[in-house]
Amino acid sequence: LDLRYSTSDEAFRRELRAWLADAVRQHGAPPPSHDWPARVAYDTGWQRKLFDAGYAGINWPKAYGGRELSATEQLVYYEETARAAAPYVGVNFVGLLHGGPTVVAEGSDEQKTKHLPRILRGDEVWCQGFSEPGAGSDLASLQTRAVRVGDDYIINGHKIWCSFAHVGEFCELLVRTDPDAPKHRGISWLICPMDLPGIEIRPLPTLAGETEFSEVFFTDVRVPVSARVGAENDGWRITNVTLRFERGTAFASEMINLQRVLGDLVALAKRVTRHDARAWDDAGLRRECGHLLAELDALWAMVKRSVSLASQSGMPGLEGSAIKLYYTELFQRVSELGVRILGRAGIAREDVGGLPSKSILHRHLNSLSLTIAAGSSQIQRNIVGERILGLPKDR
Amino acid sequence: MDFRLTEDQEALQSGIRSWCDGQLPLETLAEIANTGGFDAKVWSGLAEMGAFGLRLPESEGGVGLGMAEAVLVFGELGRALVPGPIVWTHLAAGLVPGAASGATIVGGVDLADAFADPILIEHPATLDALLVLYADRVEKVDAKALALEPVATPLDPLTPIAHARTLPPGERIGGADLAARLRLEGAALTAALSLGVAERSQELAAAYAKEREQFGRAIAGFQSIKHMLADMWVRQEMARAAVWSAGATIDQDGVGDPARAVASAKIVAGDAAMKNARASIQIHGGMGYVWEMAPHYYLKRAWVLATSFGGSEQYEEALANSIAG
Repeated sequence: LDLRYSTSDEAFRRELRAWLADAVRQHGAPPPSHDWPARVAYDTGWQRKLFDAGYAGINWPKAYGGRELSATEQLVYYEETARAAAPYVGVNFVGLLHGGPTVVAEGSDEQKTKHLPRILRGDEVWCQGFSEPGAGSDLASLQTRAVRVGDDYIINGHKIWCSFAHVGEFCELLVRTDPDAPKHRGISWLICPMDLPGIEIRPLPTLAGETEFSEVFFTDVRVPVSARVGAENDGWRITNVTLRFERGTAFASEMINLQRVLGDLVALAKRVTRHDARAWDDAGLRRECGHLLAELDALWAMVKRSVSLASQSGMPGLEGSAIKLYYTELFQRVSELGVRILGRAGIAREDVGGLPSKSILHRHLNSLSLTIAAGSSQIQRNIVGERILGLPKDR
Repeated sequence: MDFRLTEDQEALQSGIRSWCDGQLPLETLAEIANTGGFDAKVWSGLAEMGAFGLRLPESEGGVGLGMAEAVLVFGELGRALVPGPIVWTHLAAGLVPGAASGATIVGGVDLADAFADPILIEHPATLDALLVLYADRVEKVDAKALALEPVATPLDPLTPIAHARTLPPGERIGGADLAARLRLEGAALTAALSLGVAERSQELAAAYAKEREQFGRAIAGFQSIKHMLADMWVRQEMARAAVWSAGATIDQDGVGDPARAVASAKIVAGDAAMKNARASIQIHGGMGYVWEMAPHYYLKRAWVLATSFGGSEQYEEALANSIAG
């Protein structure tokens, strides 16, 4: 058990920190959340800068444009980008953090060559097509059909909660290729181009009034069989690879970011007044902040442990479910604290009285999705209970 | 950076675990509680394994390991509810002659702690010496010089206590630095004990829930129980990450602030122990509420540990004040 970073890790850290100091400042503030063209330009522009400077795909293979560095350097990358308040992955989320890693692990050479360098350069935005109206927590019951005709699949179905569908060029798409097999054995994982005839995208405003995701309708959409990742009907196994990445490491940089968020809330509590005192003079509030910091420290230690454990297999372990569960609920508590510090200013979604209501409410409303997306907290508890503790299945 | 145990560390941990399983099966807890909360054979076994002299250099008769290993050992001792003043005697190794070998049994109290009044001494009848931490110094008091009023019914049947209205002056063995170091290490080891309590509480509850049948099936299959157990496992693993991290942060230069790492571990592991032990009683149902079953020993120990080497309140305040805002 060694928490010391090696000399080369530290050299990497210094070099990255120096680069970030200028690059983050030059890239400026993110555009408003409703301005999607500007958001795509901002997020992919940042990704291109990372790529050009050699900081894209820290642990991806060199052959496809990555750096092929160690898991430890990946951690250093997360720590430093959070420390520098670097732009969030944004629209690159699916491609960089779970679709791309799935292709790295399971894709063909042709698929890797075609997609991975473009994802890393910010040239290719991916979206997710997993859930359906009738297949949420019970994802394996999905019904979107893919019928093989020659070298194509003809796809018909209805996907929902598709993150970034209205800006994505490719979709990690789950389809049913064998309707007669048991539900887990008839699924395939496709890389579906989003500009094909027969695809209709209807953005679905979230409770925050934003359009982060959409419904997507597929009507006789022809996708070449060569776009399938892994074997036909082996898609559930591939999906679990995707979900391991989505739950295990996709939120790592956000976790350290939360420490900065907590610092910002402390600063806010020092200038918000309650009668004649500062909010920060309330011992209950201070202790709550201290407790949250302790939990954030424990969570980050857990991420380090998980990354070390995964360094052999190259894939996050089942403990990713525990990390996802703990992180998302902790995030909501930090976000809730922000609203309580705002007091009455917390009922405004724009800055009032010199207080940063807009950003705090934005985070607060968006945080409600965290315990639902990528497998709800209840599903994560089932996974921990059944697959880690070996408790009987309840279905 | 590698957050995995080395082969040696794994061997140390599993060695202590199998020794504890052999020496202290759950059935013996009630027996030890009935005989004053101390077992001389267990104590000498701990001493032989080097639990007290673990961090003393080999040239001084110790094992020459660090806090990273000590938290592994104390995690196992907490898991087995090993009785006796193990933390204080371990801290006294190298400071009080005979402590490293277990021949001198050392207790302690921190008078600079928020919980210093009333002064309650653990394991009073077994002590040879007492370490007293003040803000500016550490003193050693001969146990024979103590004027103690027994507390006939301690909360934890395995942690007998006595009340000291005052403490006699002792021999000064160190200054503020030593006091601060012992406080920090003691808190880390207490967090490790709490981790063990959290882990075993989860294991006992999961094992019981897999066996216990109601409505024609094992209750572990019901989501209301399964999700409690999942939360227990998550708390235990977060506590483990924090405790192991605290141990390594004390040993290794430049990896972080030891005070912060220990404060986080004490809070998170203390919470995990109390919540898991409570949940274990709930999952055991009526069987969780009876004296002869093990779960209550774990909850009572968790409550004792929560008051040892500083309560969460002081660590939360310290962490809050460390946040640059």
